[in-house]
Amino acid sequence: MSYQKPTFRHPQLPRNGLDLTRSSYEGLISTLCAGCGHDSISAAVIQACWELDIEPHRVAKVSGIGCSSKSPTYFLNKSHGFNSVHGRMPSVATGANVANHELTYIGVSGDGDSASIGMGQFAHVVRRNLNMLYLVENNGCYGLTKGQDSATADEGSKSKSGLENPFENIDLVGVALEIGATFVARSFSGDKDQLVPLMKAALSHRGFALIDVISPCVTFNNHHGSTKSYDYTRDHIHTGNIVDFVPARSEITAHYDAGDTTLVDLHDGSSLNLAKAQPDYDPGDKGAAVNALLKSREKGEILTGLIYIDTTEPDFHEVMSLGAAPLNSLSQETLCPGNEQLQKLNAGFR
Amino acid sequence: MSESVKTGKSNASAIGSKKTTDQSVLPIEATNDFVVKFANVNGSGSASANALFAKSVFRMGVPVTPRNIFPSNIQGLPTWYEVRISEQGYTARRAGGVDFMVSVNPQSMADDVREVRPGGYFFYDSTRPLDIRLLRRDINYVGVPLTEITNRAYDDARLRQLFKNVIYVGALAALLNIDMGVLEQLIAEQFAGKKKLIEPNCSALKLGFDAISDEHSCGLRIEKRDLIGDQILLSGNSACGLGAVYAGATVAAWYPITPSTSVAEAFEKYAGKLRIDPDTGHRNYVVIQAEDELAAMGMVIGANWNGARSFTATSGPGVSLMTEFLGLAYFAEVPAVLIDVQRAGPSTGMPTRTQQSDILSTVYASHGDTRHIVLLPSNPKECFELTAASFDIAERLQTPVIVLTDLDIGMNDSLCDPLEWDDSHTYDRGKVLDAEALDNIERFGRYLDEDGDGITPRTLPGTHPEKGAFFTRGTSRDEYATYTEKGDAYERNMQRLLRKWNGASEYLPAPIEKGSGASVGIIHFGTSVAAVHEAIDQLAHAGIGADSLQLLAVPFHDSVAAFIDKHESVFVVEQNRDAQMRTVLVTELEIDPARLQPVLYYDGSPLTADTVYTKIVEVLGKASVSASTSTTTIAGNSDTAAGD
Ligand SMILES: Cc1ncc(C[n+]2csc(CCOP(=O)(O)OP(=O)(O)O)c2C)c(N)n1
Ligand code: SF4
Ligand SMILES: [Mg+2]
Repeated sequence: MSYQKPTFRHPQLPRNGLDLTRSSYEGLISTLCAGCGHDSISAAVIQACWELDIEPHRVAKVSGIGCSSKSPTYFLNKSHGFNSVHGRMPSVATGANVANHELTYIGVSGDGDSASIGMGQFAHVVRRNLNMLYLVENNGCYGLTKGQDSATADEGSKSKSGLENPFENIDLVGVALEIGATFVARSFSGDKDQLVPLMKAALSHRGFALIDVISPCVTFNNHHGSTKSYDYTRDHIHTGNIVDFVPARSEITAHYDAGDTTLVDLHDGSSLNLAKAQPDYDPGDKGAAVNALLKSREKGEILTGLIYIDTTEPDFHEVMSLGAAPLNSLSQETLCPGNEQLQKLNAGFR
Repeated sequence: MSESVKTGKSNASAIGSKKTTDQSVLPIEATNDFVVKFANVNGSGSASANALFAKSVFRMGVPVTPRNIFPSNIQGLPTWYEVRISEQGYTARRAGGVDFMVSVNPQSMADDVREVRPGGYFFYDSTRPLDIRLLRRDINYVGVPLTEITNRAYDDARLRQLFKNVIYVGALAALLNIDMGVLEQLIAEQFAGKKKLIEPNCSALKLGFDAISDEHSCGLRIEKRDLIGDQILLSGNSACGLGAVYAGATVAAWYPITPSTSVAEAFEKYAGKLRIDPDTGHRNYVVIQAEDELAAMGMVIGANWNGARSFTATSGPGVSLMTEFLGLAYFAEVPAVLIDVQRAGPSTGMPTRTQQSDILSTVYASHGDTRHIVLLPSNPKECFELTAASFDIAERLQTPVIVLTDLDIGMNDSLCDPLEWDDSHTYDRGKVLDAEALDNIERFGRYLDEDGDGITPRTLPGTHPEKGAFFTRGTSRDEYATYTEKGDAYERNMQRLLRKWNGASEYLPAPIEKGSGASVGIIHFGTSVAAVHEAIDQLAHAGIGADSLQLLAVPFHDSVAAFIDKHESVFVVEQNRDAQMRTVLVTELEIDPARLQPVLYYDGSPLTADTVYTKIVEVLGKASVSASTSTTTIAGNSDTAAGD
């Protein structure tokens, strides 16, 4: 089935810096279950890209396989998308990114996609500090294959049939911190106010930006006893900090009590004003971030917000010593050394 | 060797140098036509000395084919270097033993002695007496006290190790009549950047040369000829890497595996020389050592999807891991280039031995209905050309192209014509619509076959603000890339892919046919070429004429079916157990399997002409017996051979 949205435009609709309304950032109508957390995340992507004045066609969307990985169809219809294979989106994103670093890369994955079959690729794309926004739409289960426990399911969380998960969970936020991610955040699909600024920050960050978004699966993992349900998440969420995204060349307008805010400058000239909800914790300090994560875990809380950021590390493009012109734009003249050069090489083979 | 073992009280014999004691066997006399084999210890630095030897023969204008025979080991195990010298230009491994064995590895001596042909020569370090169990009456012993000479000349252990190798090359020069001037010149070239090393290497060479006196004699000689012309000596892996540079590949993603590792290394080396932006110092390429082959292939697909020419190189185990992605690229119609340097078997198996056993796993790689284009180079020049061509083909047909080589061609230097690049050739980037082209069309149909050739237009991400964006996925989409699971849309798409496959051979290199009019036809590909051509000469000698057809690509050109049609006996020579190429021929051409006689070889060593000859003669012999007892006439008889 294909869904096409009506293209009716209201003249009074708000427009962004590119004179585009939000509808220019929409995708096809979702075919996910009504109420699925993933759809709220798609809405947040639309909002964030629109607010950031990103040209829709200059975004490349990549995903693996899963309900979550389907969702790039439901935002940014003017962007190219690639629904690749299960757990391997990071490699496709890496190849695409080195081919043309000028585009904005949004990778969408699921907890099964990233924490099980794709754990290896997830770890390595983090290590490479590839410049991209990496969204994990985390519902603690395999939605598309009908609700089996995933590796992010908490120990003791109950499946729909009442069985308790006996295994430790993998927290991708903790893993990413450990292996050198430069932007690590967690959020909740039900908290748009937190998610949109976090996405804007992630999209403006130069390097790998992970947002682990708790995104309940209403069909298979939203029951009593599940630790990834809407209710459980709302009850246990703990906001580590509130991110106020400040675009380049604009005034900081939000006001917080002195001493409780941290200002982080990003490479594109924008900055983040971080209001600490937890006074003893600075997201520029990795040890503190790891600590905060562990503490909240002990307390049974879900720590959200910008957990860690490092704006100093070079991204993959820089590490690989690539130039400003994208590799995919180089002409044959630039790339092919020509026959005269080949004859010189031949001489060396004699 | 049992009959030649002398039984005695002492286990050691100070035989020094001596000729065959078996009077019925004469020392072999040959000029420019013999096999020298070096038995070394892996990691002892012998490789460059051995290469120096081979190169000196090359520089003397005599065709030479060196081969490394090595274990899966970094240091300590035996390793061999076999050099075939052939004035006739035969480059296949020769069967029937070695004429001159350079034995500098005590570990493998027993085997090495056994490998010498009757009348052949066994060169050894005579510092210590030889174990008498190594004595054969039918071979000649050439003893040179290598260790003694080395220890006398050098104090330092490292220098001793290093120069001992050069010393035996010097001794070989004296024994085999190699021009010392040529060797000295090669050393000067090798150390052009480290001039200090030239003199010590030359004097080590001289030490070895002077150690040979009248008591040593050898009937093998290398005489200067002018048979090399402008040919070059290059490894297939270097040629593939260089081909990728010339084809404008910018993204290489790989995971280390023998015997393909040096493809990525060669790409990096040549790109490092030829692809640095002169103004900024930035690289116009990237080499990514991926976390595994799955990721390597994913990166290749991502880069090609985004319009950068990208490739990976691997061997059989890596191909297995890439299989899911290969299927995706086939269905999603994303170009990709994969160089598969084949080796023998999985796991610890025989990773350092050669085979052609990935044919089925590449041609039909992956799930669903998939067929892949496979190119089959047989020498370094073809490695260069077909690798370069593979990028054009992949982009033209929007599909993976697999360049299938093997360890034999990949990791050994072999003779071939000089590489050439046609400067007037422009890369075929295929049907890619830019912003202007998109402006000029009503509606973009990513999978809409307007040209009827099954090849549909694609766009790259970021091209146009309003038009041309689409969602790439495996299947379940219609001509406009809109999601659908309708059966008829799926079928239409599969039929179109088949149309593309059926038209593909137009873009592929045509097979090379040799000879005409014989009733025996031999189909072969890749590194079997040298053995097959030599076997055809042997067959002609025996009065059997045979034509040959060298396959360069799958799917097959029309001329392949025609070749099978016009020959009464058709043989398919391949280096695997299961006659994999024969299966592909039978399937793709829908021919009767009985029409194709398999000639199979798969022990991991390079194919010899004798293997091919023997098998063909055996089959033809049986056929002529049955022909005389039944009414069917199967040809391959000697009366077609005249003049071949
Ligand atoms: C190689 C492979 N194995 C298994 C599958 C089946 N499969 C499809 S989606 C999925 C799990 C998806 O889970 P997750 O990534 O958490 O996404 P969700 O549907 O929960 O959003 C699995 C196992 C597949 N597509 N490919
Ligand atoms: S099954 Fe779960 S994850 Fe999938 S669409 Fe439905 S609610 Fe969302
Ligand atoms: Mg999930």
